[in-house]
Amino acid sequence: MGLFSFLKNKFSKEKPAPKEEETSREAYEKGLAKSRKAFASRLEELSKRYASVNEEYFEELEQILIEADVGVELTLNLIEKLLDQAKREKISDPKTINEALVDAMFVDYATKGDSIQNEIQFAPEGPTVLLVCGVNGVGKTTSIAKLAYRYQHKGKKVALVAGDTFRAGAVEQLTVWANRLGVPIITGPQDADPSSVAYDGAKFAKANNIDLLIVDTAGRLQTKANLMQELGKMTRVLSKEIPGAPHEAFLIIDATTGQNGVLQAKAFKDVAPLTGIVITKMDGTSKGGIILSIRDELGFPVRFIGLGEKMEDLREFDLDQYLYGLLLGGATDE
Amino acid sequence: MAFESLTDKLSNVFKKMRGQAKLTEANMDEMLREIRVALLQSDVNFKVVKSFVNDVKEKALGQDVYSKVNPSQMIVKIVHDEIQELLGSEQEGIQYEKPLTVIMMVGLQGTGKTTTAGKLGYRFQKEGKKTLVAACDIYRPGAIDQLGAVCEKAGVGFYQEGDKVKPVKIALHAKEKALKEGYDVLILDTAGRLQIDEALMDELKEINHELHPKEVLLLVDAAAGQDAVNVANAFNKDLRLSGVILSRLDGDARGGAALSIKYLTGLPIKFAGVGEKIAELEPFYPDRMADRILGMGDIVTLVEKAKEAIDEKQAEKDAKKMMEGEFTLEDMLRQMKQVQKIGSIGMIAKLIPGMPKITEEQQAQAKKEMKVFESIIQSMTPYERRHPETLRFSHKNRIAKGSGLTNADVNRVLRRFEQSKEMMKQMKQYQKSGKMPPRGGFGGLGGF
Repeated sequence: MGLFSFLKNKFSKEKPAPKEEETSREAYEKGLAKSRKAFASRLEELSKRYASVNEEYFEELEQILIEADVGVELTLNLIEKLLDQAKREKISDPKTINEALVDAMFVDYATKGDSIQNEIQFAPEGPTVLLVCGVNGVGKTTSIAKLAYRYQHKGKKVALVAGDTFRAGAVEQLTVWANRLGVPIITGPQDADPSSVAYDGAKFAKANNIDLLIVDTAGRLQTKANLMQELGKMTRVLSKEIPGAPHEAFLIIDATTGQNGVLQAKAFKDVAPLTGIVITKMDGTSKGGIILSIRDELGFPVRFIGLGEKMEDLREFDLDQYLYGLLLGGATDE
Repeated sequence: MAFESLTDKLSNVFKKMRGQAKLTEANMDEMLREIRVALLQSDVNFKVVKSFVNDVKEKALGQDVYSKVNPSQMIVKIVHDEIQELLGSEQEGIQYEKPLTVIMMVGLQGTGKTTTAGKLGYRFQKEGKKTLVAACDIYRPGAIDQLGAVCEKAGVGFYQEGDKVKPVKIALHAKEKALKEGYDVLILDTAGRLQIDEALMDELKEINHELHPKEVLLLVDAAAGQDAVNVANAFNKDLRLSGVILSRLDGDARGGAALSIKYLTGLPIKFAGVGEKIAELEPFYPDRMADRILGMGDIVTLVEKAKEAIDEKQAEKDAKKMMEGEFTLEDMLRQMKQVQKIGSIGMIAKLIPGMPKITEEQQAQAKKEMKVFESIIQSMTPYERRHPETLRFSHKNRIAKGSGLTNADVNRVLRRFEQSKEMMKQMKQYQKSGKMPPRGGFGGLGGF
């Protein structure tokens, strides 16, 4: 049984899943509905149009992947592998080819980096520090609110650090969230050195037995050397105050991002000890294929995925469900 | 995946076929493939790439590139011209109307609407147009505060009614105020939304219907991927856009989405955001964009960037000091910092056509070197910086410790400084004798 059929079976014939899993799956299905519609129905439609695969068929597969922002290099690699396999195993049935494609994507993702722990890995003792960074407008602040909500509901004592002292309104935005969630927030004056705010945050976390300290940072384009160095400084200040901090550093990537996403990940990796990606705005029509390229080239796993505007809509990333939702799900019921 | 420029790729194709005198149809196909990949890596939409490559092929055949001495350059030129033609040759600005020009900013979340609203206002105000900006984003926490702060910076009027009033009402009230108080331009900042969110799109349609803005501008992030055209199409269908503003063009995203949107919708790109400061919004220049998408090097931009970053008066002073042999370590550090301000070394190299290729390792090495210089010089006392010749072993030891580096590093920096100084002296002599200095003259500054 191919991986594809394994996944399909897993999701369509599975006995009623435990409740939490069910809601998680529903969230994926709902959140990805828009992106999936185009993608999955196209795959399905494609395999119906061709009695057997030929060169054109592979070209169309290539188009589907590139239009999902998977990236031209990874796409060409995947298609090449697929062509080889088709030749070797004499596959001509479009459906079997589609299954093999999903297999290839799955295997590529699974083998390109360390095994994946989605949940934040807490330090054995003392506060765990999570640094959140990314370019402008990707949804850092909102993601922080959602992460705070998530861990608050897991019984953790959470505090926020308003490290974006640059953008007008950023501190206010995070403060609104902190108040709504009822978590403490450490702020500094507008245009203050973010490292000093981070320092205050670390002190506060130690003094108040905070479990999880989430540090917001100003959005910055990865090409701005001075701003990137500032991020490096924040990292150093945190580690001086709390050993091992930041224990986690997430890069937030917007699902609408094109090939520049890989350059973003490369540049942020140089100044912050990145431990994963959070992909936001997956409830739109963008497919977020850039996460596959980032994993393929740099090995960073996606930890969480933003599937909607509600607090619960930030979900653990699940490769099965992502590929299932993106490539397969819905094709039969739409 | 450091994107190679198309120019490099095509010359590589040619290197491979060295010995074959002419371009053949097979080689031509390989070149077209490279063009295709380059455009896709720049996030030009797949469908656009497809028809674009066909156009290029036809043009190339029409111009008989096969018989030309340097066909790869010919093809690059064809591609370049084609992109430029698609993007439009003329810069298209804002259309004004009397007595009040209403401009509505729309787009997905996080594309830079609020910041750009302020930047536009600043621009209008500088042109002598009295501008009011209205806060119609009642959803995102902090959005109104942000717009208020931006407007203050821009020195433009700001109108808000908090987050409990319907945006269309706010827009109407703002218009009343603008007309009554003699404003020339009203900019409406709206909340970011997905083009598939019907309720929120209806809200925009209503504002559009009630206020008839002369300009409806869609914000598009320069780093946007393949889906950007779908977004533009949807907004255009619902709101009849008048143009596009490309934000964050100051990063290293190639901005292929701009080309796709123009190609598929015909909407002009009116402005581009090129930095975080309030004045950093520029008219969009199609010719420069063509270079950028192809990775061909944009010498004009480089010159402008350099101008911005380098304090000219200081530079002049430094030059004079250098010539007089009074150049100190402090001066050297300042110069290195100025160069850093222009951008990373790699960026600079990419901006200069024909500059020898610097590998990523070399780039990283140079960056590291800069850091070594900086920490060593900063660990010296001001006196030592001005008189490095007085440094003894024990001083050097202290400096090495203070900067977390070794004595060898300290010596290396001092040696480099001496070389720079020596070079300056030579320059002076050359200048006196009227002869040109040997090539590669300023190698002393930070290793490039």
